[in-house]
Amino acid sequence: MVTSQDLPFDLSLSEEQRIGRESMRRYAERQLRAIARSADEAGAAPEGFYAGTMELGLSLMPIPEAFGGAGMPRSPVSNVLNAEDLGHGDISLALGTLAPLSFINALLDFGDEAQQELFLPQLAQEHFVPATVALMEPRATFDPGNLHTRAVRDGDGYLITGEKSMVILGASAELILVVAELDGEGPAAFVVPAGSEGLSAKAESYMGLRAVEVATLTLNQVRVGAAHRLMQFDLERLVDLGRIGTAALAVGCCQAVLDYCIPYVKERKAFGEPIAWRQSVAFMVADIAIELEGMRLLVLRAASRAEQGLPFHREAHLARVYAAEKAMQIGTNGVQLFGGAGFVRDYPLEMWYRNLRAIGVLDGAALV
Amino acid sequence: MINLELPQKLLTVQKMSHQVASGVFRPISRKYDLIEHCDTPEELKPIAQMMAAMRPSRAKKEARPDDGSTVNGANLSGIVGAEELCWGDVGLLLSIPGSGLGNAAIMAVGTPEQKEEFGKLYCAMAITEPGAGSDSAAVSTTARLEGDEWVLNGEKIYCTAGQRCDAIVVWATLDKSKGKAAIKSFIVPQGAPGMSLVRVEDKMGLRISDTAALSFDECRIPKGNILGSAEVADTEEARKKAFGGVMQTFDNTRPQVAAMALGVARAALEITRELLEKEGVKADYSKSLYNSSAIEAELYRMEADLDAARLMTYKAAWMADNGLPNSKDASMCKAKAGRMGNQVTLKCVELCGELGYSERFLLEKLARDSKIIDIFEGTQQIQQLIVARNLLGLSSRELK
Repeated sequence: MVTSQDLPFDLSLSEEQRIGRESMRRYAERQLRAIARSADEAGAAPEGFYAGTMELGLSLMPIPEAFGGAGMPRSPVSNVLNAEDLGHGDISLALGTLAPLSFINALLDFGDEAQQELFLPQLAQEHFVPATVALMEPRATFDPGNLHTRAVRDGDGYLITGEKSMVILGASAELILVVAELDGEGPAAFVVPAGSEGLSAKAESYMGLRAVEVATLTLNQVRVGAAHRLMQFDLERLVDLGRIGTAALAVGCCQAVLDYCIPYVKERKAFGEPIAWRQSVAFMVADIAIELEGMRLLVLRAASRAEQGLPFHREAHLARVYAAEKAMQIGTNGVQLFGGAGFVRDYPLEMWYRNLRAIGVLDGAALV
Repeated sequence: MINLELPQKLLTVQKMSHQVASGVFRPISRKYDLIEHCDTPEELKPIAQMMAAMRPSRAKKEARPDDGSTVNGANLSGIVGAEELCWGDVGLLLSIPGSGLGNAAIMAVGTPEQKEEFGKLYCAMAITEPGAGSDSAAVSTTARLEGDEWVLNGEKIYCTAGQRCDAIVVWATLDKSKGKAAIKSFIVPQGAPGMSLVRVEDKMGLRISDTAALSFDECRIPKGNILGSAEVADTEEARKKAFGGVMQTFDNTRPQVAAMALGVARAALEITRELLEKEGVKADYSKSLYNSSAIEAELYRMEADLDAARLMTYKAAWMADNGLPNSKDASMCKAKAGRMGNQVTLKCVELCGELGYSERFLLEKLARDSKIIDIFEGTQQIQQLIVARNLLGLSSRELK
């Protein structure tokens, strides 16, 4: 493992990252942004949307060659760049697109060789295989460090009981990583296959994230074998990688707000001149750019520490704190800059505002 | 490769600067805040010698690698050092002989003769006038050539080190009707006939740093003391280029000023954490924001704000080191760091209650010191204007 002390401070992308970003941005523009509003209204991604995402190769990339993938090294930084670019298209659709990757990343980090062999080939397919991580629980003051979902030993396996909420693709996922408090042992993670007895899913509706299937899972004495428990599980790492990822989605969406506001305030006239000529408007635009830059750099720092094997809990925590607050501020200012037009559903501002509200709420999704 | 940690080379700069800050600045920080008006503090003289000895190597341009790999050069190392020193005391940093803005200007655009004559002196910079602050193009101090001498007339205020310096770089216009293009800078040695010290300001913070008001009444200096050319550009393009060059130096200095805010805010945050830990407040990142106590949540917010400002400042300096245009980023980090410094230091005073407000600790002083950082080298509002014009592609005529 490289230690960071040997590297210069550097914000330049590798050639590979630069090319990757270009195509990811193009894809997000054409395949996510273009349908974001209609999917938000319909409450679901259109038929064939997820199949289309297979061209990005997101799931295949990190899966070892032996298990059918491309065997690319695990790179939280590249994942963050992807999340940002997909988030620029649409946060909801990006969350759905990235859900299987969250599962895969968790399995790579916390599963042993045998478990990777057991589960990863199922995801290394040419068609989209939905998979996800189930961490959150439906109650106010939810804290990942205090889980109510319980697992108990049952012979050579485990019985899991509880409720998991805000599970991205929760109803259609073929494999779900369920995080539960294991009696006497602390938090543990189990791979629960779809169709397990005692597992049921109910789709939920939220103020935002309407374009992606988000479900509450009920687990009633769901039994999994011993091989389904990821023994190297690290709850803090899982939570932190998810927070970095969702913050990266927010960076992308906030960039979309900025990009969308700039031409509008230059065109929109009031009192005989563009509203951009007024400091009260121009300074709001400047502030969006300033806070967005802070968000982006905090997210990148946390990801680059994770990639280098340095401790990154503090950095992930601060990126989350900052992103959650600034994303809301930027979302609401985007609506404000558009005035009434920001409030009507002809424009994307109100949708972005609703989606950005999720950043401070969501845990366990978009693991980078 | 994306990496936002500092390399060993800069960690060494950080460590050395921290030693000066904690060993020399901190112990005398309160003392000189109370003394306020005096000559250069004795304790700073060895520091000045040390810095003068280091300067030639710092000024040496590092060769850029041909392979396009990144450079961490003088700009970034300046940021790292400045944050540490200002963690010690920002006013004392500004009081180190030889570290004036005038020195920077002479080293940047002076002739070899000027560098030889004034380079080793302590040179201040006088731009602001009673009627010209942020609007530096409105300078109305005049300069006219009479034989072998320039004759200066006018008033300057808020000149940092204007009392203690050996010479002052004074901005004056050759012809007010010609606007920005006619503004030139002149090196005026202390004691030049016609120059007088009007007063040294009493300030809210940064007290040990002397801030002078100066008057020029038929002040005469040699013809060779003009910095740069005496020609007044007469085409629009040449005019833009001439003044643009002046403004460009701000792209390098603004991140340095942002670094001051980083040091001051970090000092306040560290003292606050210590005081709060004694009372059992522990912000250890174990709980989410809304499951933390209000006081812990404030600490997280402030830390995130400080780190965001720091990374933005590093970025602007890194861009300068690597020859990337950084005008927008320089202003963004200055805007962010300036207001962050104000908010963090004031919040620290509040969180620590009576101890924060008391002169027993440095919190109240840090809060006073921080205010000016959001004002000098371009106020918060000026930075916002620059950022907004840049983003929106508007001229200064459109977005006033």
